[in-house]
Amino acid sequence: MKIAICSGPPTTGKTSVLRHAIRKLIDKGERCAFLKIDVQFAEEDEQLAAEFGIPTRKVYSGELCPDHCSVMVLGDAIQWADENDCSILLVETAGLCLRCAPYVDGGLGICVLEATSGMNLPLKVGPMLSLADVTVVTKGDLVSQAEREVFRARIQDVAPMTQIREANALYGIGIDPLVEAILETPDAHDDLLLRGSPPVGTCTICVGKREVGWQAHFGVVRALDNQNFYRGQ
Amino acid sequence: MSEIESITIIGGRGKDGEPEPVERIDLQMGNVASIVGPTGSGKTTFINDIEMFADCDTPSMRRVLINGERPPREFRNDPSKNPIALITQHTTFLSDLPVGEFLEAHATVRAASGKHPDDMIERTIEFANELTGEPVGLDVRMTELSGGQTRALLIADATVICDTPIVLLDEVENAGIDRTRCLELLRRQRKVFIFVTHDPRIALLSDFRIVIAEGRVMKILGTNEAERELATKVSRLDDVLSRLRDKLRVGQALSGNELEGTLA
Repeated sequence: MKIAICSGPPTTGKTSVLRHAIRKLIDKGERCAFLKIDVQFAEEDEQLAAEFGIPTRKVYSGELCPDHCSVMVLGDAIQWADENDCSILLVETAGLCLRCAPYVDGGLGICVLEATSGMNLPLKVGPMLSLADVTVVTKGDLVSQAEREVFRARIQDVAPMTQIREANALYGIGIDPLVEAILETPDAHDDLLLRGSPPVGTCTICVGKREVGWQAHFGVVRALDNQNFYRGQ
Repeated sequence: MSEIESITIIGGRGKDGEPEPVERIDLQMGNVASIVGPTGSGKTTFINDIEMFADCDTPSMRRVLINGERPPREFRNDPSKNPIALITQHTTFLSDLPVGEFLEAHATVRAASGKHPDDMIERTIEFANELTGEPVGLDVRMTELSGGQTRALLIADATVICDTPIVLLDEVENAGIDRTRCLELLRRQRKVFIFVTHDPRIALLSDFRIVIAEGRVMKILGTNEAERELATKVSRLDDVLSRLRDKLRVGQALSGNELEGTLA
C-alpha cells in the first residue's frame, strides 16, 4: 500500500487538493482510504466519505501536537486501510507548530501552501516545506504573477528538491502531476521512520507548567537576551 | 525550445459541453489580439488557459501549443523559462516590501544570463512612470501604491523584467494609466499581446478580436479598413473624455462647450 501524507497551514486548501486527487485516483482504479488528523475540529472525513464512499477516519489530537499524533497513530492507520483492502492511504494533518513534519520515509510528503500567504511564508514554515516531496501552491490566481514567481523561488530556495506544482484547488486544475507523484510512490515497507527529527518536546511548558518567565521553568530555557541554556540539576 | 514564433490555441468546449465553433487560433509574434465578450462569458478563463498551457486538463479542454508543439514542462516548472507574462485584474499587492526590494527579488528570479538586475529595476521604474501620472518611487511600499501605480508597475514588470514573448493583460483599462502611451510602448515590442477588454479603443487598435460567449470562442474578427479609420476617431473621442476626466479629477469646473468641435 502507498502512503501519502499531506501537511500545510490551515485554510490553504489541503482537503480540496486531496479531494480532486482522490477523484482522479478512483478513476484510475485505485482504492483510497483517508485519515484526517486535527486538533479539535474536522469534518473532512465525513465529506469525503459522503462524496466518494471511501473508508475515512479522523483523530482529534487535543493536547498532543497533531504531527506527534500522526506519528503515534500511523501504524494503526496503515493496518486499518489494509483491512479495508485499500491501495492508497492519504493522511491529512494540520501542521501547526512548524518545528517538525509528519512525512515518513517511503511515503510521499505533500505540502500545500497558498500563494496569498505572503512571499516570506516559505522561509517560515520549516521542515513541513523543506522535507516535502511535492509542494502544491494554491490560490495563485489571487496574486500577481510577479508575486507568484517570487513565492515560488523562495520555496525552491528553502526546499531545492521539492517539486512545485501550482494548482487551482477549486476547479481541480493542475492536480494531475500530484496524482502521478502519488502513483509513482512505491508501496510502503514495514518499518516506517519519521523523515525529520522532531523538536525537543519534553519541556516544562509542554508538560503543563504554565507560569510565565524562565525562572519558573527547568531544563532547556532561555531569557530574552540569551540563547538557550540549561537550568536544573 | 528555440525562439518562440507562434502560439496556438486548440478549441475545447463551452460551459454547456458544446464544442467551440473556432477550432484553432494561431497568433504570431507582433500580433495584438483582443478578447471580447459579455461579463461572465469566459474571457478570463480563456487567458488563464493560455497562461497554464492548458493541455485538455482544464474544464474547457483547450490545448495550447507553442511553435505548433506541446510546450516543454520547464515552461511551467521554471519561472525564468516561462514565455508568458500575465497581468491579472488583481491590482493589489500582498507584499509590503518597498518597490525596489520587490523588483530586485523578481528580477533575480527572472534574470537571464547577461542581464543585470539593477539595470532591469531602473528600466522598470522608468517604464512604469511613463504610464502613470503619479511617479512610482523605489522606496514606497508596494501596498501603498495606488491602483494606477500598481497597474503601471505590473505592466512595466511584465515588459522589462519578465520580458516574455507572450503577454496577457486582463482588463487593463480599469486602472488610472495612460492607455495611449501604454499601447504605443507595447506596440514597439515584438511580442504577442492578448488583451481582455471592454474598451473600444483597445479593441479597435488590435489586429483582431476573439469573440467569446458562454465559454466558447464563437468567431475571430479581423479589424477591417473601416474600423481602422474609425479607431482614430474613437481614440480622439476617448482623449476628449480623458481630458474631461483629468479636469474633474483636479477639481476644475467645466464650461458648457467642452465638447464643441470634438464630435465631428
